[in-house]
Amino acid sequence: MTATTPTATPEARAPGALPASKPRSMFARGLEVFLENKLALVGVTILVLIAGFCFIGPLVYHTDQTHVNLANENLPPGPGHPLGTDQNGYDVLGRLMVAGQISLEVGLAAAIIATAVGTVWGAISGYFGGVTDAVMMRLVDAMLAIPTLFLALVIVSMFPPTEIEIILVIALTSWLTTSRLIRGEALSLRVRDYVQAMRVMGGGSGRAVFRHIAPNAVGTIIVNATFQVADAILLVVALSYLGLGIRPPQTDWGGMLNQGLNAVYDGYWWQIFPAGIAIILVVVAINFIGDALRDAFEVRLQRR
Amino acid sequence: MAPLLDIQDLHTEIRLRRATVHAIDGVNLQVAPGECLGIVGESGSGKTMTALSIMRLLPSGGHITAGQIHVDGTDIAALSEEKMDQVRGNLIGMIFQDPLTSLNPTWTIGDQIAESVRLHRGASKEQALKRAVEVLGLVGMPRPAERVGNYPHQLSGGMRQRVMIAMALACEPKLLIADEPTTALDVTIQKQILELIDSLRHKLGMAVILVTHDLGVIAGRADRVAVMYAGRIVETTTTERLFENPRHPYTEALFEALPEKAADEAAGIKRLYNIPGQPPDLTVPPPGCKFAPRCRYAQAKCKETEPSLTEGGASHEFRCFFPVGNVEEVKDPGAPYASVPPQQPEAAGGNGARATDAPLLRVDHLVKNFTVTSGAVLQRKVGQVSAVADVSFTIPKGSTFGLVGESGCGKTTIGRLIVGLEKPSAGSIVLGGKDLADMSSRERRRNSRMVQLMFQDSYASMDPRMRVATILREPMVIQHVGSRSEQQKRIAAMLDEVGLPAAAAERYPHEFSGGQRQRLGLARALMLRPSMIVADEPVSALDVSIQAQILNLMRDLQREHSLTYLFISHDLSVVRYMSSAIGVMYLGKLVEVGPASDVYFRPVHPYTRGLIDTVPVADPSLERAKEHQGVRGELPSAVAPPSGCRFRTRCPYAQDLCAAQEPPLRPFTTGGHLAACHFPLRQPDADVEREVATGTEQTA
Repeated sequence: MTATTPTATPEARAPGALPASKPRSMFARGLEVFLENKLALVGVTILVLIAGFCFIGPLVYHTDQTHVNLANENLPPGPGHPLGTDQNGYDVLGRLMVAGQISLEVGLAAAIIATAVGTVWGAISGYFGGVTDAVMMRLVDAMLAIPTLFLALVIVSMFPPTEIEIILVIALTSWLTTSRLIRGEALSLRVRDYVQAMRVMGGGSGRAVFRHIAPNAVGTIIVNATFQVADAILLVVALSYLGLGIRPPQTDWGGMLNQGLNAVYDGYWWQIFPAGIAIILVVVAINFIGDALRDAFEVRLQRR
Repeated sequence: MAPLLDIQDLHTEIRLRRATVHAIDGVNLQVAPGECLGIVGESGSGKTMTALSIMRLLPSGGHITAGQIHVDGTDIAALSEEKMDQVRGNLIGMIFQDPLTSLNPTWTIGDQIAESVRLHRGASKEQALKRAVEVLGLVGMPRPAERVGNYPHQLSGGMRQRVMIAMALACEPKLLIADEPTTALDVTIQKQILELIDSLRHKLGMAVILVTHDLGVIAGRADRVAVMYAGRIVETTTTERLFENPRHPYTEALFEALPEKAADEAAGIKRLYNIPGQPPDLTVPPPGCKFAPRCRYAQAKCKETEPSLTEGGASHEFRCFFPVGNVEEVKDPGAPYASVPPQQPEAAGGNGARATDAPLLRVDHLVKNFTVTSGAVLQRKVGQVSAVADVSFTIPKGSTFGLVGESGCGKTTIGRLIVGLEKPSAGSIVLGGKDLADMSSRERRRNSRMVQLMFQDSYASMDPRMRVATILREPMVIQHVGSRSEQQKRIAAMLDEVGLPAAAAERYPHEFSGGQRQRLGLARALMLRPSMIVADEPVSALDVSIQAQILNLMRDLQREHSLTYLFISHDLSVVRYMSSAIGVMYLGKLVEVGPASDVYFRPVHPYTRGLIDTVPVADPSLERAKEHQGVRGELPSAVAPPSGCRFRTRCPYAQDLCAAQEPPLRPFTTGGHLAACHFPLRQPDADVEREVATGTEQTA
């Protein structure tokens, strides 16, 4: 650029160099931050191991989890039964696997449904505002006023609880907080310039909600969803613990815990600890991941 | 006289995760007692970092790596953190840019001012409060004894900045550092605050360091100026000398990028000089002169070795091998710089010559009121903000209409009404022969093709999760224009047209600089081939050199596509440069409208005159000559606007008639220069009187 000849147009078109780094996708940037977080990696490892244990384990370690075998009841850990048996004679290790399947499935499915419903509800309420918002949010308030467990108990005692049933009940009670959260997000996102810009181009409300508001709230949504998974697992545990969860011979970790607690004074520790530890591990792992995801979503938009 | 502040070879670095920014690289500065030093430069030049280094308030990761800062004989760079507490606020006071975030919203302003007095002087609570009242009076706060009990939110922006100054002055510092003290304020308030700082400096005999990007602010206030670029001082001398005879090519380029220098009545509109490229990345500073890559005089030597500060006579130092200007020649400030290439003057208002008389946009008796409600459910109406009150104007096809006024005058609301983001309360907007009010919402959406909006903050106006290609495609997707491959082609063509490489399409908005983003904003606005663009403060957030690039680009595009602009800005000199016609707004009313040069050079309304006087001009002699003019006071509330003429509360010529009767817009020339004033600065031209007398209808 020595002695630039001052002609009119070329200098106006001087583009200015782009940043030298190769364009990296949002995903790559977020992943990088996520991977830098050690706790998140621990969380992912735990979750993968437990999922493998629950879903692949039964293929390797065959046990009968349908027929009661009272001859084997309350056996302590030993050969043939690494974690002993419970009061119905089921092998605890094998039961931990099948129960885990249900706990994880219910937790995941309920969280996904709750997040989806809550996001759409909240985004619509927040975007339109005014009367729509008032009506939609009062409905949420009314439902929030009923204690979650109470509501769940009423519904579960009215209908025989299958796995699907439990998923729906948990989703029904947990989308409320998500919708409140997303509504708040939508309230601030809808006045952003890029939503305004889209409206100037002639775009409609649907585009605003689904192309701009929801994607930009995705950090909040996903982080919230991970915590929903943990909450859902705990809620199904609570229901099972109260004896209103999955019907036998199927069970989940909460059900195992419930049964084990009956024998707490008999010193059958192997009926309590495995399920209890599994619950704690999964919930902690999911919370680690949730925290790391929040960081990843926040950081990846910044110039680094 | 020994300097009060003596900075020797200061180096400041900021450590980032992966790199180190060499924010300040060998700065030497002296400030004499009672002197006002202006530090000027673009963003990222290190001017604020210099100020923060003195106060040792650097951002996290920042620290002084070498150099001394002598204040009053002691090297404060070597002081411990505890000792620095005694320096800050006591020996040196500082004013920050944003007075709202710098004040604690939960404390009364009296307590906040008193706090520093109690800390440094060990005064009792009563004594400190008494001192607070005293300084509040000093900074021109009306009824200080009552105001000490106020919270920051109860004060206007200008008053908050006065409180900030009062806080800085409470302990009578010997040095006041003002970091962009008026950038967040309106021009009329800016002038008041600058005058206040100036008068306090004389009254208290303290030295002031005025850090700003605005050459106009520097011109009127500073004794000496240091121009910074890329963490170095590239030129320093007295204000007069710098403005008359800049020696460093960067300083020269900065002056030439100013719109007010390019637009004067006789010569018409010149093209702005724009500094190509961007400031260097300070994590890996280039060898040699830091300005060389952008310098039009740079030679091979410049890129290899770095020039040191050379003395150019009369305490004029600069850092350049091939300085511009002459050693001893002092030029007439009005004459163009020798190095400015002779240019074809462009017609006023872009392609004013090609502008036809057929109006593209006609705004007729436009009214917009915002209802103030209270209560979440019932939404009781408690008041009304009169944002736009009976405004009428027309914009001919292919021309630029500039709308100026202070913030809160309704100019942005007019822009939003025209693009359809708001619905008018009354009146009509006729665009290309169709009235927006008559349209169904479907038609209205189709209509979006005709008029597009350009935002002040382009970054905020782009979805951060979308790549540029997606952002630019969105308008076409919404309007169902073209197939995917046609859209791709259009995106590539548009990027080229705004001067960005095709590879930009794969990037995210945050990867671009401010100027590049504004180019993207312009590209997106043009995707649908609109006939009109509403540009809302498009260059307010940009540096002077980048501003020149964008303004030139807007003019080029206007010529190529015969675009019509509604150019909204608070900066009269930018509006004057861009527009063929100017409308001046005050509190929802159009008080004056007419051809740009007519309004600028022969204003009729006292408010227009005041606005012109308050805008700082980069010319020391002019700037100093216009002391004690301009608009006084602050903008009244739009909830209860003053009766009659809305400007009467701040008008020096106001009389009883102004309160009783609202002045109508009436013609002052046959050229369509209208103003609404009972006591105008000049009488209508004779031929206008005749026309009115014969009953000829004057069309706006």
